[in-house]
Amino acid sequence: MGLRRRSVSVVAVLAASGLTLTACGGSSGDGGGGGTIELTIAQNAIAGGKNARAAEFVADWVIPKFEAAQKAKGKDVKVKFVPSGVDDEQYKTKLSLDLKSGKGADVIDIDGIWAGEFAEAGYIKPLSELAGPEADSWEGWAQIPESVQGLATYNGKKYALPIGTDGRVLYFSKPLFQKAGLPADWQPKSWQEILDTGAKLKAAGVPVPIQINAGTAMGEATTMQGVLPLLAGAGAEIQKDGKWAGASQPVKDVLGLYQKIYGGSGLGDPRLQQEAKGRDKSFQQFAEGKIGILLEGDYFWRGVVNPKDGVAKMADRDQSVGYAMIPAIEPGKGIRGQDFVSMSGGALRTVNPNSKHPKEAFELLAFTLSPEALKEETKNGNVRITPRTDVNKEILAGEPLLTFISEKVLPLTAYRPPVAVYPQVSVALQEATAAVVGGKTPDEAATAYQQKLEGLVGGAGNIAS
Amino acid sequence: MAQATSPPDLTRETADPTARRYSVDAAGLGRWRAGAFAAPALLLIAIFLVFPALWVLYLGLTDYRLTGAAAADPKVVGFDNFLSALGEPTFWNSTWLTVQFVLGSAVIGQVGLGFTIAWLLRDRRGPLKRIVEGLVILAWILPSAVVSFLWVALLDADGGTLNALLGTGDYAWLLEHPMLSIIVFNTWRGTAFSMMLYGAALGNVPPSHLESARLAGASGWQQLRDVVFPHIKGHILTNLLLISLWTFNDFTPFMITAGGPDGKSEVLAVHVYKVALQSGQLGYGAAVSTVILLINLVVAVFYLRLLRSKK
Repeated sequence: MGLRRRSVSVVAVLAASGLTLTACGGSSGDGGGGGTIELTIAQNAIAGGKNARAAEFVADWVIPKFEAAQKAKGKDVKVKFVPSGVDDEQYKTKLSLDLKSGKGADVIDIDGIWAGEFAEAGYIKPLSELAGPEADSWEGWAQIPESVQGLATYNGKKYALPIGTDGRVLYFSKPLFQKAGLPADWQPKSWQEILDTGAKLKAAGVPVPIQINAGTAMGEATTMQGVLPLLAGAGAEIQKDGKWAGASQPVKDVLGLYQKIYGGSGLGDPRLQQEAKGRDKSFQQFAEGKIGILLEGDYFWRGVVNPKDGVAKMADRDQSVGYAMIPAIEPGKGIRGQDFVSMSGGALRTVNPNSKHPKEAFELLAFTLSPEALKEETKNGNVRITPRTDVNKEILAGEPLLTFISEKVLPLTAYRPPVAVYPQVSVALQEATAAVVGGKTPDEAATAYQQKLEGLVGGAGNIAS
Repeated sequence: MAQATSPPDLTRETADPTARRYSVDAAGLGRWRAGAFAAPALLLIAIFLVFPALWVLYLGLTDYRLTGAAAADPKVVGFDNFLSALGEPTFWNSTWLTVQFVLGSAVIGQVGLGFTIAWLLRDRRGPLKRIVEGLVILAWILPSAVVSFLWVALLDADGGTLNALLGTGDYAWLLEHPMLSIIVFNTWRGTAFSMMLYGAALGNVPPSHLESARLAGASGWQQLRDVVFPHIKGHILTNLLLISLWTFNDFTPFMITAGGPDGKSEVLAVHVYKVALQSGQLGYGAAVSTVILLINLVVAVFYLRLLRSKK
């Protein structure tokens, strides 16, 4: 019996996802008796773990306030928070399986870049279809910049509300820079300057001078905090006018930089890129003063080295963590002829099409993005760039990094192409960096990448030469 | 002569129908009642084994994906998935790693270690035997998630227990020797089954045969080869069949190395998970699963034939 069960288990696991297709869909927010409306809200956040503040905020503020507000309107609404605390890739897998099987929480958070593939799969629907005209007349739209609205828009329809946006910078450890005799207001102007600085840090005994995410283990973090900002610095966008960047010179330049860092120079630690928990370790090592320069988004400042509740707290963050804009390969060689570049993304929050109470779910969704909720959420050193300009004006004052990002970085940033095939192209890019870290030359890795890309985007005709 | 041959003929003819009735309906239930007894089991098998297997066969012929347009409206693409799997180096890499994993951890590791422990403990009684057996079985019955966590803590580069014991600094065992790590892990994990099976099998070897062999001056190895092995050959084959298939389909290595670094420990079970769920290519993953199913069938048929020919 054990034999039979096991020998087919792989098959059965796979088939389970297919089986659920035939199963009838039902929302987890089943209405209880006595007219009580039960809603669930899910995020990749968990008290005491990943994004702990967000989890606590939902549990301690959003839920009681929302329930009270509904009660005042004469509705009996009960809201439950569904936490997770896993890697983004795993959260995505779980969420897609939930949605595929007609289940999942009523209000869900997704990464902006999943919107295209989720929409095409029918896992998410335009908000106006679910919640009616209230979705399009929501007061918040007037406060959200066009580019940020674009994150939630697919084929001209709004599938979600944007939760915010972000930007990527180079972080550096001021104590290590001081040890190596480097300035505390460091701002490199070319890739060569980054490498030279790395060499000086190495000479001063810094264990890991530079950490730029690579490899497949880090998933999208490799693409977003590695390949894409570098590619923008080399003067190319991953997709432009419908054509994808293949084994072109900019892609080879990017892979070449990876080789200079991880190919035996000792400027970076190849093992961090290969380990299953490499990114978490890189956070830990930066906080412990072992990493000199690190390319990350503002999440790193807010959620990782945050002295209060980061996953790798740094009590002296404000004094010892420096930040600088990401330079182009050489001044003026970045996209649009820029000297400096960045990449931005942003999360979305939307109503699950399987929800039994889509109108109430939208009310909850809109409530979490009301000015009062955003102000409450970003209180006490928990500031982030919200989607609303009215709120940002108030809360960003006095937050040096976020002011820096919103004033200096966001004007020159770029976004990922919101198309369904992007995540697969992203994996191909991650694999190319993994190959370089594993010892292949940039040319070999670029050729293999081009080959894979042709299979993904429908032939060489869709690739810029 | 005619008279002499007729009685046996008669007996055969009268005995035959009874024998046939016995073989067809031993319990005397009749066709319908017997069918009713077996129906629930057959139904469960059909729902949980036959249907999923057929469903996977079908999925393998489509471009079904976890997300995107192909999730809503999968198209039949024929044998494309199978052809691209067979032309894909990562698939062959995973197959080769799986062969190493099965040979290393199941055939050599678990069978070798399991038999050795069973042989050494065969005549022992008392606390030593109970402690050794207890420890080996403990490794087997603990939940995978728990033991994987323990093994990561043991082999981790930063403050791992093994490095602390050996004084090897921050040597990254899981990155430098990923296959060896999961082979040793799986040997440790699964030895209990082989040990118990061989323990029981050795109890069936008649002591008188061993005694005669000893009296005839047979050495330890000669006793094993000429007395013990012929008795437990069937057990060895059954054991090999079971643990080969279990190991072939084992997913626990994922929890230790996640298939990494760079696919160096991506055995087939992990490969399927990665392509089907992480990259979302459910159709392609189903095709690879079908290939795995076929490999399993070939292995099973090979062992079963061997088993039959021995009998």
